Amino acid sequence: MNISQIRAIAGKEFHDRIRSRWVLSVTLVFAAFTLAILYFGAAAQGAVGYQGIQPLIASLVSLTIYLLPLIALILGFDTLVGERERGTLNLLLSYPINRVELLLGKYLGLALALTCATLAGFGAGGIVILVRAPAFDWYQYAGFVISAVLLGWVFLSLAVSASAFCSSRASASGVAIAIWFFFVLVYDLLLLGALVLTGGAALGSMFPILLMLNPADVFRILNIFGPEDLHTMFGLLSVFPAQFAEPLFLGPVMLAWIVAPLGFAAWRFNR
Amino acid sequence: MIELTSVCRTYGPLRAVDGVDLKIRKGELFGLIGRNGAGKSTLFQLMLGLIAADAGQVRIDGVPVNGPGFRAVKRTLGYLPENVVLYDNLSGIETMQFFARLKGVGASDCDRLLDQVGLGHASGRKVREYSKGMKQRLGFAQALLGNPRLLFLDEPTNGLDPEGIREFYQILKAHQQEGTTIVITSHILAEIQQRVDRLAIIRSGKIQAVGSVQALRGEMNLPLTIEVVSRDDDTSELEAAMRRLPIGELTVLGRHVEAQCPRDAKMSVLAALSSMSDRIADLQIQEPSLEDVFLGYTGGRA
Repeated sequence: MNISQIRAIAGKEFHDRIRSRWVLSVTLVFAAFTLAILYFGAAAQGAVGYQGIQPLIASLVSLTIYLLPLIALILGFDTLVGERERGTLNLLLSYPINRVELLLGKYLGLALALTCATLAGFGAGGIVILVRAPAFDWYQYAGFVISAVLLGWVFLSLAVSASAFCSSRASASGVAIAIWFFFVLVYDLLLLGALVLTGGAALGSMFPILLMLNPADVFRILNIFGPEDLHTMFGLLSVFPAQFAEPLFLGPVMLAWIVAPLGFAAWRFNR
Repeated sequence: MIELTSVCRTYGPLRAVDGVDLKIRKGELFGLIGRNGAGKSTLFQLMLGLIAADAGQVRIDGVPVNGPGFRAVKRTLGYLPENVVLYDNLSGIETMQFFARLKGVGASDCDRLLDQVGLGHASGRKVREYSKGMKQRLGFAQALLGNPRLLFLDEPTNGLDPEGIREFYQILKAHQQEGTTIVITSHILAEIQQRVDRLAIIRSGKIQAVGSVQALRGEMNLPLTIEVVSRDDDTSELEAAMRRLPIGELTVLGRHVEAQCPRDAKMSVLAALSSMSDRIADLQIQEPSLEDVFLGYTGGRA
């Protein structure tokens, strides 16, 4: 594995996103949503301004779970298939770089761009919290931002995998949308349906494992446990055993969700 | 040296490359010619290790292209794909710097090479603003990064104007004189026939013939073309005299009378024509073109 080759590809991908103002645009979207939720999140209850970290994180999690996977999938779906379709892949591979290095370089460059946008976008809220709230709130908020970065990396990894498996940009975009639908909209509904149909008996012990199979749910769990009053706000997740709801356990699960699709992508791209 | 031994590559039922044996010598300018779909680009991809052979082996300087040692060889080769596509959002100099990083070459070469291919004035412009010819020049410049010992150029003069083509071959000649091995494809046969040391004619994935243009002409034993220019507007007497010679059918265009002459009859035909010098203003003998040789070997089909 040649690090300088990976760095060259990653650098190009990152600078492409900076130059195209992609990072700036996504940063502004995240910052606008974060600040809007931070100030007007409790407007329905007749209050404006910062109302505490727990309702803020609950609202941001709901927003992030829809928005961030979609952005990551759009960012990564044509990573490899786009190079192939444009006709630049053969030229790249004629250089002293192998397919795994190319894939890793592209992933890391895009992940860096996504991380910058996520940190800068949510960082706007972090500055307000730093000024207005106690240190513990800021710690909680930092945890949320880190988990959001991990969520972005997971869906970027899934997008790169779709890009390696598909033969055209059109099919890769279709697969990316299907991934978003499945994990963000459909998976929990299916799980809930199965739970209701079986009366909970058949799925009881399997349930935590089934939740681990959806990175969006892992992200949710990472952010709701701890503050007890949020426990009941997330339906399905309230049955998740608290002993597993630790960052030390869930962090590696998220990392596995990053590594596994990338591994599949590398295997497919190398064939 | 590039060595292909019994190389096969299929795409479904199509045998794109079919049992190719070929040796390209160090320092030679070697042409690959064949019609569209004959297997030239697949052969290029096999030689560059971009695709794997189903059977047989490709070695460059003794190193298998699918082996771990090929990465080091890749540092010493340059490749210009057919209809090169580069990154539209980068400028010319940024494109060169990106590829220089990938090759592990210092960025100092980039400006020099852009100047050499005539893009020094446009190095700061985005590739999306380049004309087709400028993109081709940039593609050529990236292939020259790191002073390669091996150059693979697939239809390199596509989109170049006549001056660009002349400059391109001047640069190529300079590299060949430094010992670079060059493999080139072109569909403009007249352009490469004077420049390549040897060439291979490919048809349906198979090598039909390998050798110098002269040797292939000889092998095919194609007739020469004799063109006679009459002194008078009335060519009937000259035509009648020429019809008695062992040559093919006459083609008359104004004062020009043209016919195909078998090689072994060349001297007797010339002697007969010299006896008609009072009726002949000029005479030219043309060797068969590479296109004639090519059509002879491919039977007019890919």
